[in-house]
Amino acid sequence: MGAAVQNLPWVIVLGAGAFFTLVLSGLGQDAAFSAHMGIMAAVLGLGAIVLLWRWQPASAAPASDTTEAAGGYFDAPIRIGSILTVFWGCVGFLVGVVIALQLAWPELNFGPWFNFGRMRPLHTSAVVFAFGGTALMTTSFYVVQRTSRARLLSDNLAWFVFWGYQLFIVMAATGYLLGITEAREYAEPEWYTDLWLTIVWVAYLVLFLGTIIKRKEPHIYVANWFYLAFILTIAMLHVVNNLSVPASLLGSKSYSLFSGVQDALTQWWYGHNAVGFFLTAGFLGMMYYYMPKQAERPVYSYRLSIIHFWALIFLYIWAGPHHLHYTALPDWAQTLGMVFSIMLWMPSWGGMINGLMTLRGAWDKMRTDPIIRMMVIAVAFYGMSTFEGPVMSIKSVNALSHYTDWTIGHVHSGALGWVGMISFAAVYFMVPRLWGRKQLYSMRMVNWHFWLATTGIVVYAAVMWVSGIMQGLMWREYDDQGFLVYSFAETVAALHPYYIARAFGGLLYLAGGLVMAFNIWMTIRGRVRDERPIATAALQPAE
Amino acid sequence: MPTAHYDMLRHFADSWGLLYMMAIFLAVVFFLVRPGAGSSARAAARIPLDDNEPLDREPRQ
Repeated sequence: MGAAVQNLPWVIVLGAGAFFTLVLSGLGQDAAFSAHMGIMAAVLGLGAIVLLWRWQPASAAPASDTTEAAGGYFDAPIRIGSILTVFWGCVGFLVGVVIALQLAWPELNFGPWFNFGRMRPLHTSAVVFAFGGTALMTTSFYVVQRTSRARLLSDNLAWFVFWGYQLFIVMAATGYLLGITEAREYAEPEWYTDLWLTIVWVAYLVLFLGTIIKRKEPHIYVANWFYLAFILTIAMLHVVNNLSVPASLLGSKSYSLFSGVQDALTQWWYGHNAVGFFLTAGFLGMMYYYMPKQAERPVYSYRLSIIHFWALIFLYIWAGPHHLHYTALPDWAQTLGMVFSIMLWMPSWGGMINGLMTLRGAWDKMRTDPIIRMMVIAVAFYGMSTFEGPVMSIKSVNALSHYTDWTIGHVHSGALGWVGMISFAAVYFMVPRLWGRKQLYSMRMVNWHFWLATTGIVVYAAVMWVSGIMQGLMWREYDDQGFLVYSFAETVAALHPYYIARAFGGLLYLAGGLVMAFNIWMTIRGRVRDERPIATAALQPAE
Repeated sequence: MPTAHYDMLRHFADSWGLLYMMAIFLAVVFFLVRPGAGSSARAAARIPLDDNEPLDREPRQ
């Protein structure tokens, strides 16, 4: 009965939303806007129907739900979030493999919906915002409750934030395929989707901050500082980067408030800090909670983690101009971006050492625990890509690397290696605990996942280094008369074998993701795989 | 007039702005190495581990 009463306002809100967006669809000034609003109406209507359908059996809620409702941690959105993290991961990796194949064989462009130009933002947003964002939101709910010893501020607000963000993902993804784009890197959704995300994000900030304020633990654990910096900074970046004027309030096109080099700098101030605060700070929060938990020992140096935090947030915000070397951006701004990028190396490696040294005296866990192995490779890739990044920000290196596949390789060693691996480890840690299982379905399959993913990343990054540097060298090659040696088409043709190899690396990573999806599914169903345990050497002391 | 604004902001940023940020960062570092900070840091580092949530809770269907 309680659930029914709780559901009713949501059903009304969703139904009204579906009606409103349906009207907007009818009034739309362009076909894409009408189609997009139609999709939103369908999604909201479906949500209302699902809630109505759940209304009937709600009187017989499972016992564990009632204990949870009695004042324990609020884990229901975390359970759904864990499943959706795995789901969006597999979707994002799949689209990545498809666009890699499209680059190798252009015949695979099925226009207009599935052209590379529309699929590429679908891939980046699916892995960054759908997979990474859902992982961040889910783990932040998990971590903030447990380190604050407090339930989330409000159950309803948590549901709003969680599903509101999923609605943003669906609107962003479908918009790209319809050809709706602001053409701003990692911020392609149009003005109305941006406004929706702003509302959801402010609610997220209130929810997270409110939970911290009502904490029972006097100290705010460092992971929460990283999560808070992520939420707060993304709010600021998102609003400023998306300041734009819609051409029509019933249309899908808007124009940026800035123009020229100011607009370029705004985009890369946003773009680089999306990497810094979305893909780094938030996932560092994950590292500082799940790594000590899984290793069953505290972080190596808590004080180093605080310095890591402050140095990272003070330096990162200035690094964006390194994306605009040798452009119309003032020279001093380019140099500033380069210098701050190089300085960033120090806090990044401080954090990497802090993470790795958490295993001091327990290095044998690397051999016996595949989840720890996944965390270690994640932190190792964090270290590698935060070394590579500063190197690439040096102007003379950037003259060779910029606009080439080297950049793509760099992004993927960070995204697949650091962001992906730490998220997988967090999901493997949480799922048995969230569903009350004593263990995962299979530890050996975690090991398979580890090797599939690691091999995939190594293939991907190595191939992109070779192809990127080759591409850069071919572009700049002059003959003795001062003419360019290669036409652009020749440089593209030379990349063909590397593009096939890259797609293979991506395929391995996707295969790892599917292994995880199966493992998580079976764990949730309460199965245990009949297998030889991994810890064969558990009785040997570490040497 | 916009140039004057740009100039003003630019000089503010690389003088007082820079000094302000540096001062905050150094204050954080000094706060962390103050006497007695070590033991409170060690206590804070145990926060995730001291969470006595029962691991084997009621299995969900």
